[in-house]
Amino acid sequence: MSFINYSSREINCKIVYYGPGLCGKTTNLQYIYRRTNPEQKGKLISLATETERTLFFDFLPLTLGDIKGFRIRFHLYTVPGQVFYAASRKLILKGVDGVVFVADSQIERMDSNIESFEDLKINLAEQGYELEKLPFVIQYNKRDLPNVVPVADMDKLLNNRKIPWFEGVAVTGKGVFETLKVVAKQVLFELKKHY
Amino acid sequence: MIGSDLVMYEEEFRKIDSELQKLHQQANAKVVFLVDKNGQLIASAGDTHDIDTTSLASLTAGNIAATGGIARLLGEKEFTILFHEGEKDNIHISLIGQRIILVVIFDSRSSLGLVRLRVKKAAEILGKIFEEITQKVDKEKGEGKLEESLFAEISDEDIDNLFR
Repeated sequence: MSFINYSSREINCKIVYYGPGLCGKTTNLQYIYRRTNPEQKGKLISLATETERTLFFDFLPLTLGDIKGFRIRFHLYTVPGQVFYAASRKLILKGVDGVVFVADSQIERMDSNIESFEDLKINLAEQGYELEKLPFVIQYNKRDLPNVVPVADMDKLLNNRKIPWFEGVAVTGKGVFETLKVVAKQVLFELKKHY
Repeated sequence: MIGSDLVMYEEEFRKIDSELQKLHQQANAKVVFLVDKNGQLIASAGDTHDIDTTSLASLTAGNIAATGGIARLLGEKEFTILFHEGEKDNIHISLIGQRIILVVIFDSRSSLGLVRLRVKKAAEILGKIFEEITQKVDKEKGEGKLEESLFAEISDEDIDNLFR
């Protein structure tokens, strides 16, 4: 649900990073925050526990630039990945314009990936969205670790629609901006389509 | 879902702005602002210089969302007013028409009673303005005017250029 402001000439959109606990959603946002010019970004807000696990959400406002005199702004959110924060996750999906699913490539996390993916679909449906109709990108994260599942296998598990995916190493930034660019682009094209 | 995008026009923005200025003055508030439920800042009045309004907007929306979640667990539809008391500053948050959040930050120069009273009056007027906006958007969409005004002008190339 974007916000088109003719008065301040701004278009605001919301992108949510979803995925199982410890898959690197917050790390994605932290990398984006570190690598963006100060004038392009606001504060990175993290509502986290003392052990730095996301409790409610992380939030990063980002200005991409101007199109036809309209400032294009994206609000990036993460959800808390841990299973028992289900109620909070649902709330953050409200008004979402695009979703990034961050999957953990480690073999022992495949079940968690699938569980989180199903959880995403259910939570979206409860808000009246269909994942199939939303701008959506997958990031196969932690590709630098030794015990990773081949991308082709992960694709079979999580990506039967053949939506765009990227290999990521969020701690070093690999794939982070590529993922963001593609989902942001999709959101804008979608917006254009509907007006 | 796209149909419920929030659109703000110059004319209505001016009305909203003047209503917020009035509330700011009459409630003796430090800052007054409007946020939509998804965390987008719509308008503000007062001294917002030292305040990170973007973050405040997103956190306020998160707050309302969490409280709404609690309400539903208790069988309530929504808690329409939230109040946080600080040592110096207090914050009064209220829902207008299920969609918009009105936030008033005030200190000892005002009082909760005064803020509540003024907020109630302003909420009625603001609620009506937002209804007008919804009607206007529906009408313009029906007539295809929105398309002419902005998105038709944006080419695929413009979007691509943004990411170079």
